[in-house]
Amino acid sequence: MNLLDQAKQAVQGMAQAVMTKAVALAPDSWVPGGQPDPLMHSKHGLIGAPVSRLDGPLKVTGKAAFAAEFPLPDMVYAALAYSTIAKGRIRSLDIARAEKAPGVVLVMTHHNAPRLQPPPLFLSEEKAAAGDNLPVMQDDRIHWNGQPIALILAGTQEQADHAASLIRATYIEEDAQISIAAARAEGTTQSQFMGQPLHNESGDAEAALAEAPFKVDATYTTPRHNHNPIELHAVTLFWQGGVLRVHDAQQLVTHSAFTLSRVFDIPEEKVIITSPYVGGGFGSKSLWQHHILAAAAARMAGRPVRLMLSREGVYRIVGGRSPTEQRVALGATADGKLTALIHSGLTVKTPHNAMPEPFILPTRSAYAADNILLDVRHVELDMLGNTFMRAPGEAVGTFALESAMDELAEKLGMDPIELRLRNEPEKDPTSGLPFSARHIAQAWRTGAERFGWHRRKPVPGTVREGEWLVGMGCATATYPYYRMPGGAARLTLTSDGHVTVDVAVHEMGMGTATVQSQVTAERLGLSIDMIRFNYGDSTLPGLIMAGGSQQTAATGASILAAYDALKKELVALAGNSSPLAGLKPDEVGSRDAGLCKLDEPDRYDSYAAILGRARREEVRVEASPPPPLETMHWSMHSHGAMFCEARVNIVTGEPRISRFLGSFDCGRILNPKTAASQFRGGIIMGLGLALMEETQFDERKGRIMNANLADYHVPVHLDVPEIDVIWTDIPDPHTPMGARGVGEIGITGTGAAVANAIYNATGKRIRDLPITLDKLL
Amino acid sequence: MTPFTYARASDVPDAVRLASLEATKYLGGGTNLVDLMRETIERPEALVDVTGLSAAIEDHQGGLLIGAAARNTALAEHRMVRETYPVLARAILSGASAQVRNMATVGGNLLQRTRCAYFYDPEGSRCNKRSPGEGCDAVGGFNRMHAILGASSACIATHPSDMCVALAALDALIHVQGPAGERTVALTDLHRLPADRPDLDSTLEPGELITAVALPSLPTGAHSTYRKVRDRASYAFALVSVGAVLAVEDGIITDVRIALGGVAHKPWRASTAEAALRGRQATPENFRAAAEAELLDAQPLRDNGFKVPLAIRTITATLGELTGENA
Ligand SMILES: Cc1cc2nc3c(=O)[nH]c(=O)nc-3n(C[C@H](O)[C@H](O)[C@H](O)COP(=O)(O)OP(=O)(O)OC[C@H]3O[C@@H](n4cnc5c(N)ncnc54)[C@H](O)[C@@H]3O)c2cc1C
Repeated sequence: MNLLDQAKQAVQGMAQAVMTKAVALAPDSWVPGGQPDPLMHSKHGLIGAPVSRLDGPLKVTGKAAFAAEFPLPDMVYAALAYSTIAKGRIRSLDIARAEKAPGVVLVMTHHNAPRLQPPPLFLSEEKAAAGDNLPVMQDDRIHWNGQPIALILAGTQEQADHAASLIRATYIEEDAQISIAAARAEGTTQSQFMGQPLHNESGDAEAALAEAPFKVDATYTTPRHNHNPIELHAVTLFWQGGVLRVHDAQQLVTHSAFTLSRVFDIPEEKVIITSPYVGGGFGSKSLWQHHILAAAAARMAGRPVRLMLSREGVYRIVGGRSPTEQRVALGATADGKLTALIHSGLTVKTPHNAMPEPFILPTRSAYAADNILLDVRHVELDMLGNTFMRAPGEAVGTFALESAMDELAEKLGMDPIELRLRNEPEKDPTSGLPFSARHIAQAWRTGAERFGWHRRKPVPGTVREGEWLVGMGCATATYPYYRMPGGAARLTLTSDGHVTVDVAVHEMGMGTATVQSQVTAERLGLSIDMIRFNYGDSTLPGLIMAGGSQQTAATGASILAAYDALKKELVALAGNSSPLAGLKPDEVGSRDAGLCKLDEPDRYDSYAAILGRARREEVRVEASPPPPLETMHWSMHSHGAMFCEARVNIVTGEPRISRFLGSFDCGRILNPKTAASQFRGGIIMGLGLALMEETQFDERKGRIMNANLADYHVPVHLDVPEIDVIWTDIPDPHTPMGARGVGEIGITGTGAAVANAIYNATGKRIRDLPITLDKLL
Repeated sequence: MTPFTYARASDVPDAVRLASLEATKYLGGGTNLVDLMRETIERPEALVDVTGLSAAIEDHQGGLLIGAAARNTALAEHRMVRETYPVLARAILSGASAQVRNMATVGGNLLQRTRCAYFYDPEGSRCNKRSPGEGCDAVGGFNRMHAILGASSACIATHPSDMCVALAALDALIHVQGPAGERTVALTDLHRLPADRPDLDSTLEPGELITAVALPSLPTGAHSTYRKVRDRASYAFALVSVGAVLAVEDGIITDVRIALGGVAHKPWRASTAEAALRGRQATPENFRAAAEAELLDAQPLRDNGFKVPLAIRTITATLGELTGENA
C-alpha cells in the first residue's frame, strides 16, 4: 500500500470509528430515519409539485452569469500550453516569441511560477478536492501527455491564445507506462474505493459456477470517456488584500476553497469561491490545475484573470472515466436461481489519484446468490488522473452485469424480467443489512405494462420493418443513496415572515435551488416566494458536495436540523401568552406561516406574532444534521427498470434507438419536472455510453486524439427518441423527505438495455462498448 | 490564431488581384478555415472574403450554374436542385448542421480539408499533409475514419465533403479564375490522391479562385440519390457514402454514375463499378458484383476494414433503391 492509500484509509477509519460509536450510543428513535420525516407524506402541497426552475427565466434571457462571464476592471485573459509527451522532463522551453507577442502581460512556467504546495487529493481528507496530488508547475517533470507547461496572460483571449501557440518545448523523454497490456503484464493491484477494498466474497463462487447447470461466463469491455459539460471549465479570479476570490464553475465550493488555501498556504477563510450557476458538472467540476495556475498567475500579475479552458483543454487537464474489462460469470439452476455470481476485472488509474472505476458497486446489492465473488484490480498508467463521471462504477458495471443477466435468461429460456424477479434478495446480499425501501418489482411491473413488453419476441432477429431489424431489451438500473458527513445549514426568519436559507450547495442545472425552496417552504408552512435560497458560496455553512446524487438528501437533512433548531428558538421565544405555551419543540410543527401543536393544529401562533411579541427583527439558527447513520442500518439504493426498443439497419449495421422507458423507484419524487429531466438526461448520456462515447487514447504517446466534440461523439437530437419516465413515488422511510437521489441513476442500466435490445433485434451479442455499426455488420 | 489582415473582394478580378500577395487565403463562410486558423494549421497573413461574389443559381445549358458564394443551404433548398438533382440536395442536407450549412459556401465546401485527427493536432502529432516529410501518425494510430482506396504510405486521410460526392456523380465542372486567366476543371480532377504530396489537396494553382460550379443536364430517365452511413443519426462525417445516378430502360442500365465518400483522399468515382454495370441488367446481383469489383483494390487499415463490406452493401442498396424508384 502506498502512502496515499494509507493516509486515506486512516481518514476513513476515523470516520468509521466515530460512526460505530455513535450507533452504539444512540437510542433507536434518534437514528436519522428511525423516525420518518413527516414531510414524506405531505400531499397536495409543494412536495411533489411540478414547480418550474426558479432560475429558468434568468437562464433563457442570458442574465445568469456563469464563471467566465464576470468582466472585471483591468482583467487579463489566460491561455495554456500543454505537454506533448507522457513522461519525462522539459529540456527547453522557448518563451521568447510568446513574451514579445502583442498584448502579453505574463508568461508563467515552472521557472517563474510561485512556490506552491501540492493540492490535497479528493478523498484523502475531509475537504480535499483535487483530481490528483501532483505539484502544479513546480518543476520540469512531465507526468502525462497534456500537462500544462506554460500559462500566458494577455489583454485579450485572442492574444493569449496566439502567444500560447508560439511556445516551443523540447523534452527528455522517459519510458512511459501507457499501454494497459504492458502494465498488466507487470502485475495488477487490488483496488480500494473510499478506503475499502473493492472485493467481496461469500461462499465459493468458482466452485458453484463449475457445478451450475446453466451458466454464462463472459468478458465485457468499456472504453475511456471524457467529460463534456456544455459549459467549459472556467474561473474568473482576483486577489484582494490577501484574499483569493474566485468566480467558478463548481460542484464542491467548500472543498475547493479549502484545497486552494492549502496550495497557497493561507488560512481557509482567505479563499472565497462563488458558483451560483454551473453549466453541467457530472463529476468534472471539481478542482483541477486551471484553478491553481490562474490564481498563481493573478498573484504574479497583480491583476484579475479569466481562464476558460478550450474544449481541447478540458480533455487535456480534466479527468474522465477509466476503461474497464469486466468478467461476469453467472451460474443458475433450471428455475433461474442464481447459485454463483462473479463480477471481477481490471481498470486503470494513475499513481497520483485514488479512483479506480468501481464497477462492482452495483452488483453488491443486486441479486440473491449463495456464492458471490466481486473484485476490482487496476494498473497504473502515466496519464491524466481519471475521475468521477456520472455514476462511476454503476454506469459501466451495470452494462456488464445486466448484459450477462440477459444472456442467462436466454440460456434458461426465461423472460429476462422474470429472471431478475426470481433473484430479488430479501436483504442485502453482501452487507446483510435490511433494505430501507426496495420496490423494484413494482417498477418492473408498471414499466413492462406501459412499454408493451409482452409484444417482445423472445427469439432474436425475428422482427423486421423494411431495412430495420427491431428488438426490445431491458435492464436494471441502480444507484445507492448516500449522505456524506459535514452538512450544515442556516435559517434566518425575519419578522415579515420571510425565510433565508444559507447552505453551500450547488446548482448545476438540476434544480437544487428550486427543489430546496419547495422543501423549505413546505417544512415551514410558507409559500415558496417567502423563501430566499442562498447557495454556491464557500462562505456559507455546510460541506456538501454535489456528487454521489447525495446533495438533495444532505441539504434536506441540514435544513431539517436547522428547522428543529428554529422551532426550539421559537417555542422559547413564544412566551406564556402563546397558544404554544408549555409545549416542547417536538410537539409542534409548521402550518400557515406559523407553528402549531402537531395533534391539535388549532393551538397555533404565527411566526410574525412570536417575533413581534419578543421584539425580534429576526431569528437566526444554524445546525448540522447527525452523521449518516441511516446508511449503516439499512442497505439504501434506488432502482429502475429500463426498457429499450432498438433498430439495426440490415444494410449498414447502423444502430438507432426508437423508444426508451425508465421506470424508477427512487423514493419520494420532490419535483416531477426537475426529476424527469434528471432521469432523461441520465438516459441520454447512457445512450451515448452505449452507442458512441469513446476517448481515443493513443497508446503510442498517451495522447487523447479526439479532444473535441466533432470527433468525440455524444448523442445529437436525432439520436434521442422520446423517453418516457415513470416512478413509484414510494417514500423511503429512512431518508429526509423520503427521497433518494435521482441525478445519476438514469445512466445506469441504459447501456445494457440498449445492448440487450440490439441482441433481440439481431441475434448479435455485443460485449464491447460503444456498439458502433462495424460491430453489427 | 496568427494575426492576419482582412479584405472583402468586390468582384472576381478584385479577388484574384488581392490574392496575388503571398500567404493569402480566400474566405468563404469560414466554417473550416477559421477553425484551422484557430488550431494554427492554417496561418494566412491575409484573408480575402469572397462571400460577396456571385451566389446566383441559374439555368445553364439545360443544367445549372451555381455561383461559388452560394450558401450550402440555399443550394440544397433550390427547387431545381431538389427536383432534378436530389442526390445533391440530399448530400448537402446530410452534412454538418443547419447552422454550419447556413454559413458554408459552395466554394468553401469544395476545398474543405480533411478531418484526420492527427492532421488536426499540430502540437502533438506528425502529419505529412501539414508538414511534408514529417511522417504520418495516422498510419499506425486511430484510422477508423480513414481511406481504403487510393491512399499512400504518406497519407491515409479522406476528403470529408458530402456535397462533393454528389458533384462527382453529377459530372460537375468547376469554373476557376486565377492570375493566368480562366479555366474549367472536372470535379473529379479538382481533388487529388495523396501520393507523395499529401500537402496538396487539390490541383488548383496558388491564387486560383473558384467562381462557379456547372451541373450538366442528367440523361433522360435518370434518378439520383445519396446515402450516408455514419456513427450517429446526424452531425457526423461519413464512414461511407454513396452518390448515384442511374438510368434504366427495359431493365437495362443505360447510364450509371457512382461516387463514394469517406473512402479516399478525394470523392471517389467508382468507374470500375460503372463499367461493369453499363448495358447490363439492373439486378441486385449485378449491383453487388459491380460493387465488389470496385472494392477489389481496397487496402484497409488497422481500424477500418469494415468499410470494405460497408461500401459494397451501401452501393448495392443505393442502386437497388434507385431501381425501386424506377419500377
Ligand atoms: C461541426 C462541423 C461539422 C461538419 N460536418 C460536415 C459533414 O457532415 N459533411 C460535410 O460535407 N461537411 C461538414 N462540415 C464541413 C463544412 O461542410 C465545411 O466547413 C464548409 O462546407 C466549408 O465552407 P466555407 O464556406 O465555410 O469554407 P471556408 O472555411 O471559408 O473555406 C474553406 C476552404 O476553401 C477555400 N475557399 C473558400 N472559397 C473559395 C473560393 N471561392 N475559391 C477558392 N478557394 C475558396 C478557403 O480558402 C479554405 O481553404 C462540417 C463542419 C463543421 C464545422
